[in-house]
Amino acid sequence: MAADAPAALIEASSLTKVYERGGGRAGFTAVDGIDFQVRRGEAFGLLGANGAGKSSTMRMIACVSPLTGGGLRVLGHDSVTDGPAIRARLGVVPQDDTIDGELTVRENLLIYGRYFGLSWKVLRERSTRLLEFTRLSDKAGDSVSTLSGGMRRRLTIARALINEPEIVLLDEPTTGLDPQARHLLWERLFQLKEDGVTLLLTTHYMDEAEQLCDRLVVMDAGRIVAEGAPAELIARHTSREVLELRFDRLERQTMTDRCRGLVEHMEELPDRLLLSTDDGEETLGAVHRRGVRPVTALVRRSSLEDVFLKLTGRSLLD
Amino acid sequence: MDTLVRAFSAPAFRELGYWLFRYRRTWRGSIVISVVNPLLFLAALGLGLGTLVDRDGGAYLRGDSYLEFLLPGLLVAAVMQTTFLEAAGPVMQGVLARGNYRAAASTPLSPADILHGHLMYWTLRAVMNATLFTLVSMLFGAVEASRIPLLVPVAVLVAVAFATPAAAWSVTMTRPSQINSMFRFAILPLYMFSGTFFPIEQLPSWLWPVAWATPLWHGVDLGRTVALGTATPLGTLAHLGYLVAMAVAGLLLARRNYRRRLHV
Repeated sequence: MAADAPAALIEASSLTKVYERGGGRAGFTAVDGIDFQVRRGEAFGLLGANGAGKSSTMRMIACVSPLTGGGLRVLGHDSVTDGPAIRARLGVVPQDDTIDGELTVRENLLIYGRYFGLSWKVLRERSTRLLEFTRLSDKAGDSVSTLSGGMRRRLTIARALINEPEIVLLDEPTTGLDPQARHLLWERLFQLKEDGVTLLLTTHYMDEAEQLCDRLVVMDAGRIVAEGAPAELIARHTSREVLELRFDRLERQTMTDRCRGLVEHMEELPDRLLLSTDDGEETLGAVHRRGVRPVTALVRRSSLEDVFLKLTGRSLLD
Repeated sequence: MDTLVRAFSAPAFRELGYWLFRYRRTWRGSIVISVVNPLLFLAALGLGLGTLVDRDGGAYLRGDSYLEFLLPGLLVAAVMQTTFLEAAGPVMQGVLARGNYRAAASTPLSPADILHGHLMYWTLRAVMNATLFTLVSMLFGAVEASRIPLLVPVAVLVAVAFATPAAAWSVTMTRPSQINSMFRFAILPLYMFSGTFFPIEQLPSWLWPVAWATPLWHGVDLGRTVALGTATPLGTLAHLGYLVAMAVAGLLLARRNYRRRLHV
């Protein structure tokens, strides 16, 4: 890092977004005065359910959504006054990809690069390199309509890298992809991080957040409810292990009642019961001794999902 | 002045570049349309219908042939229609979730840059269309070659006057059916009743003020008076004023709507 570089690449303070609604009704507060900082070279995650305010936050950072309140500095610039200068140094991977169906794979990279004022010569060289990076070289001359979902997403990432951005914003990068496509994407994103690019991503997938993020904030109803490294959050907010029990539908209420008081924290979900514990096997024994007969019982390590449940009282995929 | 400088700044030209890049795929077809369209109209209306009109209606035409009377109106109306279609649909598509405008908005371009770039493209296309149209008409003897340098700018002005309000409106639309309705219920009636095919004096006199109020009539009349050499200073000024005011009002409205839709 250069000596004069700002400590944080993104600095949000009391960042607020209210969407006006017509007819004199009160506006909808999507982002409710949040503070966070993203440091150079890290992969930072915004984790939350749909409607938590992740995408609104992302759009403000991308300088395509005016702030309602608070302050936002990106790459040392004020996002309110220096939108074009900031956008010139960002790479954006939107949730709905904006790939041009009329153009070929390579043309999509070339024409998007022109928006950044890059010369054709530079663009020809970069597009070749980026198609290699995203494993799309074989598809360079093909119409975009022949691409699979995973390929389209990789093309969007290649396109976002055409201006050699310092920060790449990824909004739900693997939503709708099959497991194999997801893993290939994660692997490429990990490579980007290795190359020193700062990543900011939103996701509602726990495994994605655990795989990719050095640090994350958990958002709920427009606020940040927790912040830290994934392992740190798990250690701070949950026990070491979780015992998951499933019951026969008819017995569920009785069985759940019998488990009360066994552990400090118990989570009742529509389909299962989660007991936070430091020793799952021991808790399972205690459950059996109370005459509880689950259909299935699973002991696992605590995850971010549990953190989220504990902090917000609901499941991420609701 | 600031607006003018910004309109011609580099970022707007990048959006123009995008539309020209896409145009590479369709230019052959579009040129064929630009040539065939006037051919068909001039043959059917000018030669076919015109023969009838010239036999009985000479008094209205003040000595010109119907073909010469028709050409300026046809040109202005055709360029206006093409511009509306090129502005409305692509703008609506562009601003939807997967559209080009969304992609461009995430680059250094501002919403106004995107608008100005696209407007330059429509203007360029109008120049092409108007030029081809008048050249074909010249072969029919429907217009004197010396009038073309005046007639083409008139058609382009009308195109711009329609392009900016069309863009301002379309950028707030979400369904293609809305564009179709506008075309069917606003653009086509304008085409029919703005003096394109006959002098509006042929309509009942209470309808004249309606025709005078429509922008296309100003364009058609401006084109016709220029082509037939009957322009008066006052009339020309009124027509120009109307069309320029419409173009500017549309541009201001479009700038506001583009910003609201792209920077939400």
